[in-house]
Amino acid sequence: MSEANENKGLIRRFLDAPPDSVGKTVFVAVALCLVASMVVSAAAVALRPIQDENKLRDKRINILQVAGVYDENTPVNEAFEAFEPHVLDLSTGEFTEAFETSEFDALADAKDPSIMRPIDEDPAGLGGQMQAYRLVYLLRDDSGALDKVVLPIEGYGLWSTLYGFIALEENGNDIYGLQFYQHGETPGLGAEVDNPRWKALWRGKKLFAEDGDLAITVAKTPPPEGTDYYVDALAGATLTSRGVDNLVRFWMGQAGYGSFLEHLQAGEVN
Amino acid sequence: MAQTYRSQLIDPLVDDNPITLQVLGICSALAVTSSMQVAFVMALAVTLVTGFSSMFISMLRNQIPSSIRIIVQMVVIASLVILVDQLLKAYAYEISKTLSVFVGLIITNCIVMGRAEAFAMKNPPIASFVDGVGNGLGYGLLLMVVSVIRELLGSGSLWGVTILETVNNGGWYIPNGLLLLPPSAFFVIGLIIWAVRTWKPEQVEEREYQIQTVEDH
Repeated sequence: MSEANENKGLIRRFLDAPPDSVGKTVFVAVALCLVASMVVSAAAVALRPIQDENKLRDKRINILQVAGVYDENTPVNEAFEAFEPHVLDLSTGEFTEAFETSEFDALADAKDPSIMRPIDEDPAGLGGQMQAYRLVYLLRDDSGALDKVVLPIEGYGLWSTLYGFIALEENGNDIYGLQFYQHGETPGLGAEVDNPRWKALWRGKKLFAEDGDLAITVAKTPPPEGTDYYVDALAGATLTSRGVDNLVRFWMGQAGYGSFLEHLQAGEVN
Repeated sequence: MAQTYRSQLIDPLVDDNPITLQVLGICSALAVTSSMQVAFVMALAVTLVTGFSSMFISMLRNQIPSSIRIIVQMVVIASLVILVDQLLKAYAYEISKTLSVFVGLIITNCIVMGRAEAFAMKNPPIASFVDGVGNGLGYGLLLMVVSVIRELLGSGSLWGVTILETVNNGGWYIPNGLLLLPPSAFFVIGLIIWAVRTWKPEQVEEREYQIQTVEDH
């Protein structure tokens, strides 16, 4: 008798065994787990490249949109080449060469200890730690002069962490746009952060008042500094609005991009 | 065979609807019905999962030891759900972003388990597949009805297309925010069950208690 037949005989023996015997129970459990895990892992591995591509594409579309250069007819990756990525050291506000820009997103997704630092005050609800380095994007005009900077921001709303980008003009004070690419806020209420009409409110607002203090706020009524620093809160979404207020003020403050914005305002970034 | 494939497909739509008659799968029906597109994809995913899980479980039915049968059903269902989730992430990224955790929660949808345990364990594969698809469609039909009501009155649109111009966008319609929140689906589904049982009184369950008259003294 060949070995194949012996194997077959073994499996046949199991198949013919009464379903409720101990051996059969163990056999079915092990065999099913093996098959199921192979199917699931094969699908996960095979589809991973397409999924990663989707994620990256989605993020890039958001960067293009927030900087106002998105065009449906231009391939995303081609349009995205206009942006100049840099890794920014938040503590000094200077670009650093310590990390490869192409590998930085992977480090950030993994919350790699080399780029994270603990924080005591956590108004944006980041979970006690923040990225000490961030991947930022510069956009230049035709003459090669700095036109806009796109900075990643995130923070907790009502149910979820909102991830997004803010685009600033080259003076480091005027807001060009703000939008979130990932959040789980209530549809129709907090999720109105995606409403184009609300997003349009951000354009032309200023971060810092005349005296240099951070003045921008999302609130129901304008702050004393005036409407240049005020974005109307979302109706029916007090906590999401407060979350956006906190996260914008956190990232634009000293713990966030503060030093970098000072460099921008002084015209030292080019 | 008692039922024809045709009746297996049609019956769960109204006469034996998993949501209105059996009151199964309510949890996800609350969560994903605030917009039609999302409800449609969810209905499609659940139909695929119930169909194929019933088929595979039916193929294995004579081999499954009764002591671990629920676990075996869960493994089959969970694998299929992960498969659907991975496919959505790869080929329908935008929608998978909106559905997020709810695809994973198909695993706990009572309809899938219910059909596996009640039908697929006792019937041949093809009949089980048809039964699974039929129940998935019944679930899907109700999801679509609920989502039409919720999206129209909650966001003033159908399938993402604006029907009632909302105040936020400069129109006249003040959307009913309650309809965007999951609890509103309770009311909508309750009203639908009421309507269906008024139309088809045979669906009304018998009382589990009896009202006794007390004699006067």
